[in-house]
Amino acid sequence: MREFATEVVETDVLILGGGMAGCGAAVEAAYWAKPLGLKVTLVDKAAIDRSGPVAMGLSALNTYMGMDGKVTENPRMPERFVEYVTNDQCGLARQDLVYDVARHVDSTVRHFDKWGLPIWKDEAGNYRKSGEWQVMISGESYKIIVAEAAKNAMATLGDKGQILERVMITHLLKDEKEPNRVCGAIGFSVREDKVYVFKAKATIALMGGAVHVFRPRSQAEGFGRSWMPPFVTGSIYALVLQAGGELTQMDVTFVPPRFKDSYGPVGTFFLLFKTPATNAYDGPYVGAYPSELEKWAPYSNAKPCPTTLRNYEMILCAKEGKSPWIMHTNRVAERFKKEITDQKELKKKLREYESEAWEDFLDMTIAGATNWAAHNVDPLEKPMELQLSDTVFIGSHACSVGSWTCGAEDLMPKEYADAFPEQYNLMTTVNGLFTAGCGVGACAHKFSSGSHVQGRIAAKSALKYANDKKAYVPTVSDATIGKLKETILKPLALYEEKRAYTTSPDVNPNYISPHNFLFRLQKIMGEYVGGWETLYGTNDKMLEIALWKLGFCGEDIEKLAAKDLHELMRAWESVHRYYVGEACARTRLARKESRWPGYYYKVDYLKLDENEKHFINVKFDADKKEWKVLERPMIPII
Amino acid sequence: MPSYVITEKCDGCKGQDKTACQYICPNDLMILDKEKMKAYNQEPTYCWECYCCVKICPQQAMDVRGAADFMPLGAASTPLRGSEDIMWTITFRDGRIKRFKYPTRTTPEGSIKPLEGFSEAKVADLADQCLLGEPDIMGVKKLPTKK
Repeated sequence: MREFATEVVETDVLILGGGMAGCGAAVEAAYWAKPLGLKVTLVDKAAIDRSGPVAMGLSALNTYMGMDGKVTENPRMPERFVEYVTNDQCGLARQDLVYDVARHVDSTVRHFDKWGLPIWKDEAGNYRKSGEWQVMISGESYKIIVAEAAKNAMATLGDKGQILERVMITHLLKDEKEPNRVCGAIGFSVREDKVYVFKAKATIALMGGAVHVFRPRSQAEGFGRSWMPPFVTGSIYALVLQAGGELTQMDVTFVPPRFKDSYGPVGTFFLLFKTPATNAYDGPYVGAYPSELEKWAPYSNAKPCPTTLRNYEMILCAKEGKSPWIMHTNRVAERFKKEITDQKELKKKLREYESEAWEDFLDMTIAGATNWAAHNVDPLEKPMELQLSDTVFIGSHACSVGSWTCGAEDLMPKEYADAFPEQYNLMTTVNGLFTAGCGVGACAHKFSSGSHVQGRIAAKSALKYANDKKAYVPTVSDATIGKLKETILKPLALYEEKRAYTTSPDVNPNYISPHNFLFRLQKIMGEYVGGWETLYGTNDKMLEIALWKLGFCGEDIEKLAAKDLHELMRAWESVHRYYVGEACARTRLARKESRWPGYYYKVDYLKLDENEKHFINVKFDADKKEWKVLERPMIPII
Repeated sequence: MPSYVITEKCDGCKGQDKTACQYICPNDLMILDKEKMKAYNQEPTYCWECYCCVKICPQQAMDVRGAADFMPLGAASTPLRGSEDIMWTITFRDGRIKRFKYPTRTTPEGSIKPLEGFSEAKVADLADQCLLGEPDIMGVKKLPTKK
């Protein structure tokens, strides 16, 4: 096996991931690190200009309060946001964390505006809200702008602000003197034969959610055209678990209803254009099953009805044989034709609608635009199908997966304190390890702006931690690093050792490719754990079989083989996804109700049960390879 | 709907240590065949179709073809990205063409100075909840807390 160099980077605050949360963390970290004289290092698996789910752009900021009232409509305060999020998650939310995002999020959007993000405004300069929380943007370059701010902020630190791209983090480092403390991370360059060891006083894990744990609907060329990008691979969840940290609500995944196959967004069509959607027979599916929805009261009676229950109406509609669902984009144009009699005015309005409709797709899901064109569909003339898409882990959207983290000093209920040996905002149950964005559980509806601001909150907190522990020196022996290096590179060594045994390297009894490993994981998750294959249904028996089969996947991690650095990255992505799948299946087995039936339901417990209204958390003991499931109470703050 | 490289137009970003598409692809899909000096997508089924490579290619040698799973052939969305806006040409399968132009940023590229215009951070302020620029930047007098 060829030799890999080892580069040791010593830093104070280590930021893992350069997506929205990572870029937010970089700006805030640079600001506070300067007077403290601390060093900050940011590591990204890709190039931060276009890394993470905002790589393609976005057409709206989905979280904005407008606390100063300078919005076209719906100025809001954090209390109302907390109520909304709690109801949307059917009663279970860490209200202290949600409140914290809400009270800060306007500041992040104001920074975006200054940096040059085109935010839609009225003539008085007020932000154009398209819903209760959404602000419209022309966001093709959203990520480039946010990344430029991060890079320029880090540059003010001189050699104490360091950005490393194309490094895949595989493990966190645990301190050998303090068992519950993370003191850095280890990974490898995707571009050269080099292993990176990062030693830090504080580490912030911000690598986003997880896609492709469940099987996508398209499995040939369209495999990668998932709704969330295929390059978010569950690293935060896996790394927190391996470090002994606690994850929460790993069963509460998200199933986005979107334009079929291309996954074009629907938010703007529903909120801004008020586009009608129906079942296949032009009848309603929204509000069509009141006696079923009543079983999820009081949540189903609130306005707006929780996202998961609106999904459940689609599932009930499919069970009745009335799918597919149709988004009547053409009827918006017809409505304008009825409402506007002045022909010049009408022409202008239709042009505006056409431009905004296409922009919504072109700014964030270009495939959606091409799919219209490929089917000869002009959205002003013809409708298109909707579909419930693949199950994803995205703690920043309308779902709750993520880490169990400490809240702000002035917000966190005291009942939560004992889970956190050291209390710093957004620190996990492991000392020295912080997270934000998709990494924070039970804190839904952050979206891009909320993730950015939560990255900032985590960075300030991590800087404070690093400053409070100025004398701390990480303890990790060379022997440990040597062992981890061997583990990281093992897929390359195994491939080299065994590939000659068969005439084709693709089929070999001595190893499994990352792609095949992933397909096996996805098949188990999809068929037993509540994927689209079973219309999102599962039961305890299916979950028990899933866990039995996942156990073999866990063992076969040892047999992963990689022919080059790119495939080595795929191998570790697959390992991280496996941990996410296992955490999800265990949480779903422990949950004896169906609180979020539009995301997944248990056929053997197909009801809401308020006796089960608690968070379900999961932990992993990496030495003993033992999983533990535990409950945490719901303590409201408003 | 994977990205592809037009043989005739790609020059392998000659003279650079890596190609523009290799630099930008968020999923590490683009690779350079050094003998032919042509880039290619090494794993088309993992392509998210984000068009980052198409937008950055200095030779306009890249495009995206609809995923064979579900897209009929013959359509294209073609971007031309400038420093403050982006032009799109949409070609329908039946030959119809639509063009759109959208703003992308309101400031010159590279001009962002995120820490300028704010007072310097003070170590004592680490103890409070306010972040860079807060609360003033939000137009409120005080950061809200629970009642």
